[in-house]
Amino acid sequence: MDAANAVNAAGAGSVAQGDRDLGDLEAHFDAVVGAEQRIEPRDWMPDAYRATLVRQIAQHAHSEIIGMQPEGNWLTRAPSLRRKAILLAKSQDEAGHGLYLYAAAETLGVDRAELTEKLISGRQKYSSIFNYPTLTYADVGVIGWLVDGAAICNQVPLCRCSYGPYARAMVRICKEESFHQRQGYELLMTLMRGTEGQRRMVQDAVDRWWWPSLMMFGPPDGDSPNTAQSMAWRIKRHTNDELRQRFVDMSVPQAEHLGVTLPDPALSWNEERGGWDFGEPDWSELKQVIKGQGPCNTERVDRRRAAHEDGAWVREAALAYAHKQQQKHQQAQQAQQQQMQQQQKQENRK
Amino acid sequence: MNEHRAMTDHTDDHVYLSLSEAPGEPEGEARWAYGTGFADPLLGVDTALPPGIDGADLAAYCLMLGDDALILAQRLIEWCTRAPELEEEVALANLALDLLGQSRQLLSRAGQADGTGRGEDEFAYWREDHEFRNVRLVEAPNGDFAYSIARLLLFSTARHALYERLASFADPVLAAVAARGVKELAYHREYAIAWTLRLGDGTPYSALRMQAGLDAVWPLLDELFTAHPVELRLGTDPAELRESVLQGLAEVITEAGLTVPVAAPMARVGGRAGRDGVHTEALGPLLAELQVVARAHPGATW
Amino acid sequence: MSATKADWPLYEVFVRPRRGLNHVHVGSLHAADDRMALLAARDLYTRRNEGVSLWVVRSSAITASAPDEQDPFFAPSGDKVYRHPTFYDIPEDVPHI
Repeated sequence: MDAANAVNAAGAGSVAQGDRDLGDLEAHFDAVVGAEQRIEPRDWMPDAYRATLVRQIAQHAHSEIIGMQPEGNWLTRAPSLRRKAILLAKSQDEAGHGLYLYAAAETLGVDRAELTEKLISGRQKYSSIFNYPTLTYADVGVIGWLVDGAAICNQVPLCRCSYGPYARAMVRICKEESFHQRQGYELLMTLMRGTEGQRRMVQDAVDRWWWPSLMMFGPPDGDSPNTAQSMAWRIKRHTNDELRQRFVDMSVPQAEHLGVTLPDPALSWNEERGGWDFGEPDWSELKQVIKGQGPCNTERVDRRRAAHEDGAWVREAALAYAHKQQQKHQQAQQAQQQQMQQQQKQENRK
Repeated sequence: MNEHRAMTDHTDDHVYLSLSEAPGEPEGEARWAYGTGFADPLLGVDTALPPGIDGADLAAYCLMLGDDALILAQRLIEWCTRAPELEEEVALANLALDLLGQSRQLLSRAGQADGTGRGEDEFAYWREDHEFRNVRLVEAPNGDFAYSIARLLLFSTARHALYERLASFADPVLAAVAARGVKELAYHREYAIAWTLRLGDGTPYSALRMQAGLDAVWPLLDELFTAHPVELRLGTDPAELRESVLQGLAEVITEAGLTVPVAAPMARVGGRAGRDGVHTEALGPLLAELQVVARAHPGATW
Repeated sequence: MSATKADWPLYEVFVRPRRGLNHVHVGSLHAADDRMALLAARDLYTRRNEGVSLWVVRSSAITASAPDEQDPFFAPSGDKVYRHPTFYDIPEDVPHI
């Protein structure tokens, strides 16, 4: 019996719909997940699974939207029109990613307004990396290379996440992210071939972004209590440390090719395990940033709140207009019906 | 059954998987580069200057139109991360990308036409304020959403009408840019009209804002119809557009339940305005920001 | 200012990726009216020429089968093997089928 049949069997084994007991539902859910099939929006799922997904997808969506700000900071100052267009398209992609993810979250029964409210009131988090400042145009390239690179390591496995809408959103997001990463790297290569000042800019940006990028994978496995459950649910596929290692192994040769130095004296090739050894990120800094003491926490959330609040009258107007149009449409239809009825009556009299 | 399952799983798996089936580089990758517009509108267009057209005049005209597009794009970009709803972030960025694309082609054409071979960036980053030839309408600060929509309504209506004419202009490059631009501007216009109606016929407050926005931009409209000697020599007198554009605007404004503003045009300075390089105070800071990184690194490539 | 006060309704978006294919559900978005939903869908889901045609429909207008019903609702057709393409034995040397 193959895996798919096992799932069907579990489903067919239950009694009539509606009165399945919790055990059956759970068994069915476990079988679907275990068989690498997707859970879909209206399926039964454990409350904790739903809550974990809502938290993770919302945080992911918030990160895309807040993540527009650090690079958006350079949109008006991009040093060539080609770079301006590339950065603008990227910023647009990020808004798109946020929207795909909010859409995925909404299939779990929360609405976007609620999630936005939680973001701007600080009750839901976004990736801490975006609380660091972008100080030169090289930061745009380094964010593409390292931050988007780290995001890809994190996100590619999510294309196989057990929750269907999330997995499907990730397919497109990953495709676009990998393009962003290449764009970022290409910008850095151009700068490294440029003036002395441009090369200095790149090294300086790498120095500032390397450690925060490593911290994007979250705390070490020992301090990540939810990982095991997320892996059992096939939401997560690899542990934080596994992904971090993969990212370092990927990035070291890229840095060499670029001609920049990664700011970690402990970095050395470990022949035995076939991977790079690297130093310990400053976890106390990460905790500080998560707690809200990062260089840009306040500005990022303030900007999002301002956009949302300043836009309220616009959203309200659009809704009011739509209602009026609908009423007009209904009145027109009613008038038409009445006219037809009257005509009918007159015909009948004849 | 398994084969059937595999098939449905595939179509199920996402429409975006078809993206991976895009043709190889460079065509396949091009769609990832700029968001909109993958076909180069100048592909196969003869860039030689057609006989009977004065290169200096054509260059000046391309700068006028190119600067309009560039400066308005820069203003639209300022909305990024500040739009009233996330869907509008994407829409506003699309408008800016279209305009940016137009300006790049027009500025490049200016460099070909004047014989200097200057590229788009030399024009965008290394000219002084008084060398920019855009109308004053596009440089005004964004104001609130209603003001930005009012400006977009005026600009897109007028520019759409102009591009329709220029699509058959004697210079094949300008004609190609305009032909492509007609489609883009038609969308910009639809976007601006839709929002003018929503705000004008939305809530009492939004109606006030929309009216205020229209009233504020209206004095800047006239410059779009005021011919510059270069335009007259090229046979593209914008005054000929005035009536139909005004009529189109009046229809939208009336449908939105608003009043067509009665406002005298903003005065010129010694007879000169944006097309002559005499701008408002708003352009200086805009350009300072636009050019700062490029100018901090003379001789650098990006 | 309350966030939910001016919350735009949810729309589901369907894209026809190419001629010859069905519209496929790709996600959702918020819009105040149908036309806005269509334009937003264009910008959001077909920004890179992913489709040749779009449908948008208010999410509230969709009636769906309950997942619990899936046995009685879908099981009968599972028996009707002639509805499935693999029911028909076609010699392997027949091309394009």
